[in-house]
Amino acid sequence: MHHSNSSRARVLPASSPSALAPLSHLRRLEAESIHILREVSEAFENPVMLFSVGKDSCVMLHLARKAFFPGSIPFPLLHIDSTWEFRELIEFRESYVKGELGLNVIAYVSDEGVRDGVNPFDYSSQVYTDVMRTRPLKEALTKYRFDVAIGGGRRDEEKSRAKERIFSFRDQQHRWDPKNQRPELWDLYNTWVHRGQSMRAFPLSNWTELDVWQYIHLEKIPLAPLYFAAPRPVVERDGDMIMVDDERMRLREGEEAQTRVVRFRTLGCYPVTGAVTSEATTVLDIVGELLTTRFSERQGRAVDRDESAAMERKKRDGYF
Amino acid sequence: MSPSSLAPTPAATAAFLDNREQMDLLRFVTCGSVDDGKSTLVGRLLLDAGAVYDDQIGALLRDSEKHGTIGIGVDPALIFDGLEDERQQGITIDVAYRYFQTARRKFIIADCPGHQQYTRNMATAASTADLAIILVDARKGLLPQTLRHTFIVSLLGVRRVILAVNKMDHVNYDQAIFREICDAYSRFTAELKIPHVDYLPLSGLLGENVVRRSSKMPWRQGPSLLELLETCAVPGQETTGDFRFAVQRVNRPHAEFRGFSGTVAAGTIQVGETIVALPGRKYSTVQSIVSFDGALEKARAGMAVTLTLADEIDVSRGDMFARPVELPRVDRRAEAMLIWMSEQPLLPGRAYWLKHTARHTIAEIGAVRYRVDVNDLSRKQAATLQLNEIGRCQVLTRDPLVYDDYATNCDRHSKNVAPGRRSGAQLL
Ligand SMILES: Nc1nc2c(ncn2[C@@H]2O[C@H](COP(=O)(O)OP(=O)(O)O)[C@@H](O)[C@H]2O)c(=O)[nH]1
Repeated sequence: MHHSNSSRARVLPASSPSALAPLSHLRRLEAESIHILREVSEAFENPVMLFSVGKDSCVMLHLARKAFFPGSIPFPLLHIDSTWEFRELIEFRESYVKGELGLNVIAYVSDEGVRDGVNPFDYSSQVYTDVMRTRPLKEALTKYRFDVAIGGGRRDEEKSRAKERIFSFRDQQHRWDPKNQRPELWDLYNTWVHRGQSMRAFPLSNWTELDVWQYIHLEKIPLAPLYFAAPRPVVERDGDMIMVDDERMRLREGEEAQTRVVRFRTLGCYPVTGAVTSEATTVLDIVGELLTTRFSERQGRAVDRDESAAMERKKRDGYF
Repeated sequence: MSPSSLAPTPAATAAFLDNREQMDLLRFVTCGSVDDGKSTLVGRLLLDAGAVYDDQIGALLRDSEKHGTIGIGVDPALIFDGLEDERQQGITIDVAYRYFQTARRKFIIADCPGHQQYTRNMATAASTADLAIILVDARKGLLPQTLRHTFIVSLLGVRRVILAVNKMDHVNYDQAIFREICDAYSRFTAELKIPHVDYLPLSGLLGENVVRRSSKMPWRQGPSLLELLETCAVPGQETTGDFRFAVQRVNRPHAEFRGFSGTVAAGTIQVGETIVALPGRKYSTVQSIVSFDGALEKARAGMAVTLTLADEIDVSRGDMFARPVELPRVDRRAEAMLIWMSEQPLLPGRAYWLKHTARHTIAEIGAVRYRVDVNDLSRKQAATLQLNEIGRCQVLTRDPLVYDDYATNCDRHSKNVAPGRRSGAQLL
């Protein structure tokens, strides 16, 4: 044996394999996500984590804290703020993420959209999403020269995402070409991009909605209060319950805000995000609801209901 | 909708979560030729296992009518064909991942395309699978693609295969037809040394032997597909292999802390054990195993951790830790089976980038030893490999690779990390 003298130390007997139980599915997912996040930090010059402040973002953030512990997260968070966010969401971003965790969050707003007064009432969902979310995202990535954006997308969310790689590159226009995906073998990720291309990395690819909630429960991950039921002022519109979150909400003829006990399953822009009637005030209650309601998650997001290929098209256009 | 009135009590939910927390995960890939019925079978599995959300069933019903694929009810295949082009062409181009669980286990399905031109997508799907379902149409028997997929699955290290003989309803549930296909398949796989093969007659469209056991085939007693999936041992979760840990990242937040982050690829490690960092051959002792959730005494295959060492030795990303008594190979030469995925043919002598664990190096293919004819696994002389061809090659690298031979019982593979967590190398 060629032990160097300085490192000679007591050699313990090899640990017995039975002493360590097999990893549960959640711990397998957790380890995979941590591996991906570490790979991003090493393989790119200037990563950013897209942080929508929603539950998936919060899980991703928690995994990043684990991945780099005891160091801090080696990249900033980017929140594309549409200016029509729920107030409680902004408050959570400011007080918990920036305040308590002390993280660097870049909140990026579309100057063009604000200048032109683009809002979800006068503009079609397509134009609105493009101006207030898609374009500022591309602008921010270009402005700060981020070469990889880490996103919280899950493959169980929707059909086109089910087919996307964990490391998924975008062309110069930040567009996804589903017909030109790279092989992705084992846990070896091809992180190289050509000039002008950029990369998206999805560490939560293999998590399901239930996994996310179970992990939030297990790890006690703080979330924006909107996920939990509380009395909130809402109007009924086109079959959705829309929260009247501030004075900018335009009421139609005959609409009147009523206080209902509701919560949100996803957090988009408040005028286009439907609430659900619920009494779930804890994560356990929410899981209980999930087990019984069996309505898939994006149901509550009016933007997505246009047609079944809508999301794929948006991604081809550069929506995250 | 008033879900809360139906919701389980918090205690019942907590019990459900406790049970679910202990569950393990089985990842499987489904492959077969176009039209053998993969999408239908997996769709059926999800529908019958109750894993499709109600609003999606509504959308599927509408789509089924639009596409006119089936008279009434839900066409299970439509759950899968996600991309617009695929829906228009009615075929699967890329891997679709799907997730479901039963009371016993969680599953990730990778449904992969049948067309030969999408072989790299198929390899992508198989690389992370614990088990493969190879689908055969009972009327057609084994096709070249069946053999090709089986071969690729075995090359990528999948150790458990279920041969699903589908569309048994089309052949009157005839046992002789099933037998014949199974015999042919077992002759083929004997050479591949796949450790476990199960044979299953079924009808994906009608759900025979998918979730419930079929009464149409009294000649075959035994578990349904779902029962097999729920009860088989998950390969690759054992900790018996030699300890392997590739350093993915040097974690140095401040002068007092220097840790090495990575995922344990195989075996276990414990605080106080001696390790050697390769290829530099520097020795030290594991001082601590650091995690966000507190210091650990031991770590096992599959865990993503950070190790600190007792000595200041030179270690960087891509280095490998092992026990001094269980050394892997350290070599600039390797023999490997290559699956060629590029439109440009392989050029022996040309420089390629090779990625192995967290390391990039320049590699050159010294020689193509032979090409494998996937129809009969015979070896053919070849000077190069074309798109989708598979061959045995000599690989020469600028920097030494640290690797183990693939599986101990299968010398077709090389350049792979360890039996525990399968991995390999990729030319970029
Ligand atoms: N009779 C019968 N037809 C089937 C069965 N499974 C699939 N099919 C039909 O075979 C065709 C191809 O099925 P599909 O699932 O799209 O095949 P894929 O290309 O392998 O995904 C469709 O017309 C199905 O309805 C089966 O078990 N029995």
